[in-house]
Amino acid sequence: MQIELEINGERDTYEVAPATRLIDLLRREGFQEVKKGCDEGHCGSCTVLLDGMPVLSCVMFAAQADDQSITTIEGIGTIDDPHILQREFVDKGAVQCGFCVPGMILSAKALLEENPSPEEDEIKRGLDGNYCRCTGYVKQIEAVQSAAKKMRGDA
Amino acid sequence: MSKTRDFSEVNQNVEKVDGMALACGQDKYVADFETGDELHLKILRSPHAHARIKNIDASEAEAMDGVAAVLTHEDVPRVAQTTAGQGYPEPSPYDSFMLPRKVRFVGDRVAAVAAESEALAEAALEKIEVDYEVLEPVLDPRDSMKEDAPVIHDEDDCHTVIPIPFEPERNLASSVEFEHGDLEEELEKCDVVVENEYEAQYAHHCPVEPHICIVRKDPHGRLVITTSTQVPFHVRRIVAERLEMPEKKIRVIKPRIGGGFGGKQEVLIEDITAAMVLETGRPVKFEFNRREEFASSRTRNHEILDMAVGADTDGRIQAIKMHILMNTGAYGSHCLTIVCNSGSKVLPLYNKANAISFKGTVVYTNLPSGGAYRGYGATQGYFAIESLLDELAEELDMDPVELRKINHIREGETSPVFAALGEGKEGVEQTIESCGLEECIEQGKEAFGWDEREKRRETGDKTKKRGFGMCTLMQGSSIPEIDMAAASIKMNEDGSFNLHMGATDLGTGSDTVLSQIAAETLAVPTDDIIPYSSDTDMTPFDVGAYASSTTYLSGRAVKKCASNVRDQILERGAKMLECDVDDVELGYKEVAGPDGETVSFSEIAVHSLYEADQRQIAAHESSISHKSPPPFSAHFAEVEVDTETGKAEVLRYVNATDCGTAIHPRLAEGQCEGAVLNGISYALTEEFQFSSKGKLVNASFDSYNVYKMTDLPDMETILVPTYENTGPYGAKSVSEIGINGPLPAISNAIYDAVGVRMRTGPFTPDRILEALEE
Ligand code: FES
Ligand code: FES
Repeated sequence: MQIELEINGERDTYEVAPATRLIDLLRREGFQEVKKGCDEGHCGSCTVLLDGMPVLSCVMFAAQADDQSITTIEGIGTIDDPHILQREFVDKGAVQCGFCVPGMILSAKALLEENPSPEEDEIKRGLDGNYCRCTGYVKQIEAVQSAAKKMRGDA
Repeated sequence: MSKTRDFSEVNQNVEKVDGMALACGQDKYVADFETGDELHLKILRSPHAHARIKNIDASEAEAMDGVAAVLTHEDVPRVAQTTAGQGYPEPSPYDSFMLPRKVRFVGDRVAAVAAESEALAEAALEKIEVDYEVLEPVLDPRDSMKEDAPVIHDEDDCHTVIPIPFEPERNLASSVEFEHGDLEEELEKCDVVVENEYEAQYAHHCPVEPHICIVRKDPHGRLVITTSTQVPFHVRRIVAERLEMPEKKIRVIKPRIGGGFGGKQEVLIEDITAAMVLETGRPVKFEFNRREEFASSRTRNHEILDMAVGADTDGRIQAIKMHILMNTGAYGSHCLTIVCNSGSKVLPLYNKANAISFKGTVVYTNLPSGGAYRGYGATQGYFAIESLLDELAEELDMDPVELRKINHIREGETSPVFAALGEGKEGVEQTIESCGLEECIEQGKEAFGWDEREKRRETGDKTKKRGFGMCTLMQGSSIPEIDMAAASIKMNEDGSFNLHMGATDLGTGSDTVLSQIAAETLAVPTDDIIPYSSDTDMTPFDVGAYASSTTYLSGRAVKKCASNVRDQILERGAKMLECDVDDVELGYKEVAGPDGETVSFSEIAVHSLYEADQRQIAAHESSISHKSPPPFSAHFAEVEVDTETGKAEVLRYVNATDCGTAIHPRLAEGQCEGAVLNGISYALTEEFQFSSKGKLVNASFDSYNVYKMTDLPDMETILVPTYENTGPYGAKSVSEIGINGPLPAISNAIYDAVGVRMRTGPFTPDRILEALEE
């Protein structure tokens, strides 16, 4: 079947089987920044934004995303012009192996859009679905807090 | 000893060299090298804990459309080997095969399929008919050496390559013993003796990226293995041996990898994938699914520790007994060295004991294999000794902090354990040159509010009890007189440098830290260093990322190499300035002559490459260490126990850690934080649950709990600087030590809260309730 997706701002049609999962379509089409950690809906590394809301692309069929917009980590910033969250993750030491980071930052972006001044608890709840085994989360929370501040223009 | 020095690149939070590329999803992990032309490899895994394969019929699977090949033990070389990526020849028994004739745990390899898609490969697995002779399994290490226990390694080609104790006919994978003084006699003399048994459980590393490799042939027929590994050079050697081909036919590349924690210090995927490439002539990808990651990779070794400590009335420790029964599971990968480390990284901390009795008995069972895991045996050892010391403090009616202060090792001191216990053989004597433990204890206590803890005990809720626990720790930095690291550096026209090193960045940031060390030595910004690591064709050798060695050992190699290059630059600068080399000085990206005239690095590079007496300014250097200077740490935990549900919650956790000079303080803190949270998760929830037949039943993230962000307590990390003279710019290791603290610190805090000693991990609500009821 054919579906139409807007991925990182570019609309296109894609040929998929009904059982094709979104992650497989994305990675097949070159969006390899979408990471596959557990492949069973638990780790959050495959998180993308679907019409701005975080979803796990490994437990979703591509067809379910038909006619919607998808944002991957490439869609929010580049090395030369990173998103504030990307900048803060790097500066605060929130990136170790980095495997969880695309998903983590996308969840954070969705959180901050809904709640520009989250309390620490709200950050924890918002990012709870994104596992990180390297950092102990301390610096990731710090990065989100500091990005939130900068995005609000308080710093 | 001076604690802080003036540095411009080290001890600074420079930008992590791969940080932004990772945050933008640009840098590549193994899976990102997939081009679509690969076959997908899947392994048929044993459903039995112990069985002999009588017959395998793969004909139906082979005949399926889209299936390129099936390999069974009849198709591949039978080479007994260890999967442990460690110094060669390895002190681990050679007891495993690419495809075994006998399966030894649920999840062991039986056969391999390569097909055009993962789904096809999986479908083909179902079509393989295996006829097993099912054998009785050994599922409890306490049973392994009983008279009538089934023998797990009964094939006569398993062996050892260096003389280590190995009696497979008794299920003894290895053993070690060390006696200092007379334990019984000393215990007899002690005023207070405490004894108990502790049990540290199975656990998994849970890297977010699973084991994965892609193997292809290059145009010259060489195998190029792109793999998520901590030990690229060991992978090359082990695969070469397994496939009976020379190393020159193999190139191993480690791109970015998504965490390892010891689990990727093991050759678990590359051999069979390479064999499949040889069989099919096609590129092949093999990626563990989560079940395989849990059940068929490697684990934290399950240890049962029989302990005793004796002291005089003043609290001076006189005698320590540590007798360990270690369960290595089906294969003995790393087994002897891990049990040695349970003693060698732990016992020297209390170096004034007159008598020490250390025994490690490592047995096989038909359960998943142990292997390297952050902490490497020390985690288990510290659980036992630091919990027992809490019991001792109670007997003595002494503050547990005071007890540590009286007894811990200090600068200028040594321990007989260093010389006695090494990596499966004798160790290396060493005197401690840097120890910030006193300071760690003081600063940790202060930040935690240890002395004011009674004020926080009241919860205002009768069912909620609060308690406080602490512990002290040390680890090591590299394996002395065994491990080697090498680096090479060359200079470019713009005054930048390529730094090539075997060292393996598994997400820890070592590419950054080692670049900082090079930059500091060469007086350039870290930005002028272009690091490239872990490619067996392109970079010099390094044993890999383990044993807390990279910053210390690879850092020494990089510093030595950069010093050599710096000398060449000075020489060239002097020549250009027409003065004696003794009269020039290294400035920031320049060489200055006696009268203030300068030549820039760029001018020097261009001069040497194009103008006169042309040569490449470059060097390569190697380093082996002669000691393993320990980092030290003090941990403090505040825990609340709900006496109705049995749930223990960590409210606050402080670790104060001496890692010498922190080359990159923020990354060093990150190592502490990650290790501590992994340790807390291990202490409170992580364990393997087996069926009565030995099958791991919680091989998924929905049943094996890993701490998530909402589980994070209030955590504080304090870096306590010391200067280790033998380390690069004073650095010691930091990556492992933090994981050793939570089991004992939390166990001690639980006791302080509700008066029950948790001597078996993890401290789940069920276990705590049960203990409360007793
Ligand atoms: S890969 Fe999708 S949640 Fe883990
Ligand atoms: S940085 Fe490695 S999993 Fe988060």
